[in-house]
Amino acid sequence: MIAVENFSSNGEASRALDAGSIYLGGGTLVMRALNYGEQNFTRIVRSSDPSMKRIETHGDKVVIGAGLTMAEILSSNDLSFLHAPAKAVGGPAVRNMATIGGNLFAEHPYGDLATALLALDGTVQFDGGQSSDFESFFASRQNTHNLVTSVTIKRPNLGDFRWSKITRVKPKGVSVMSIAAWLPQSGGRINNPRIAFGAMGPTPLRAKNAERVFENQNLDQQTVTNAIAALSGDFQPPDDPLASGWYRTQVAPVHLRRLLLNEGGL
Amino acid sequence: MKKPVQFNLNGIHKAIFVDGGENLLTAIRHGVGDTSPKYGCGQGTCGTCTVLIDGKPHLSCLTLAETVEGKNINSSGGLANGPQLHPLQEAFMEGFAAQCGYCTGGMLMAAKSLLDQNPNPTRDDVIEAISGNICRCTGYEPIVDAILAAAQKMRGGSYGGRVA
Repeated sequence: MIAVENFSSNGEASRALDAGSIYLGGGTLVMRALNYGEQNFTRIVRSSDPSMKRIETHGDKVVIGAGLTMAEILSSNDLSFLHAPAKAVGGPAVRNMATIGGNLFAEHPYGDLATALLALDGTVQFDGGQSSDFESFFASRQNTHNLVTSVTIKRPNLGDFRWSKITRVKPKGVSVMSIAAWLPQSGGRINNPRIAFGAMGPTPLRAKNAERVFENQNLDQQTVTNAIAALSGDFQPPDDPLASGWYRTQVAPVHLRRLLLNEGGL
Repeated sequence: MKKPVQFNLNGIHKAIFVDGGENLLTAIRHGVGDTSPKYGCGQGTCGTCTVLIDGKPHLSCLTLAETVEGKNINSSGGLANGPQLHPLQEAFMEGFAAQCGYCTGGMLMAAKSLLDQNPNPTRDDVIEAISGNICRCTGYEPIVDAILAAAQKMRGGSYGGRVA
């Protein structure tokens, strides 16, 4: 039997979380585990704290409550740069349920929105004021019992952020991979590029070898060619029923090229 | 420990007890007795358990039952008004949009949510609306055609039944 504990504040919910409990946001991960009898928890913790639904802009940064659903992202003009990755998550019913916070914990090959967040250079906030950059968070998320309350990301300029999801099924399917590229430009040169791939490892990962190629370069065919050549050292993707690791490694450069050079594809 | 939950299902007040961690699908099927939403994958992939919660499509197998306290839920079991089928149901029947029928309840609710918000959808709108619902029989084209036909019929105002 599972005990469900509802709290009106994040502080109370956070204090209730321990190794035998799990936080339930939209339910798409926790209820799935229950349906399959795979739960390793005996208590479900929930919070109705209104801050879990907040959207706040501070300069070039946006703070988004962890309880915001994909549908709520899609209905926010302030978050238009996240509309493409949010719409890539499931069908309408899933998007009415799935939250940002849940997507941060989604295991391979899920977590498309988390891939976009990783590219947008931000942090994960926990109850109590602690925060973690996305890479550190992904590296330790399995062991965290802190309540994620929000994420803070930088708002990209129009045209600097690109997104692509590659699936075998249209219009919707699980990711063979997802790609998020934030290539901020100044004077025609790229500064601090961030390229993230989903479904190319156990968590969303940055393509750091490819990023280095773009630094202080123009976004042109030669630079993209050099970057995709460097990509082979960035990932060791796992095999799964959708694609082998070898296949993912082979096609990742193709899809990155298509995304960055606006080339057509499947 | 069981918890009491009250909600409206297809416009009718329901008060049931649910187990801790019980999903809404089980509550509707076993607690209330409405077997129109089906259990398919149990992981949010197939969509056959789709119901509307306060007008929006949700997967009942992934919804914690006690979270729907005080909410309005619609299932495909409430679409017909007695012997009079909903235009979507009529269109599915006339267009052979159901074969084994296991996905049909979820398809109908996904389609109803679309038509409630957009009475004049494009074909792409319909495809997007049912993108979270899997059908292994029809190849989808008859389903898309049926939803567009129902939309046309509903715009014509020829349906006089209950549209919950």
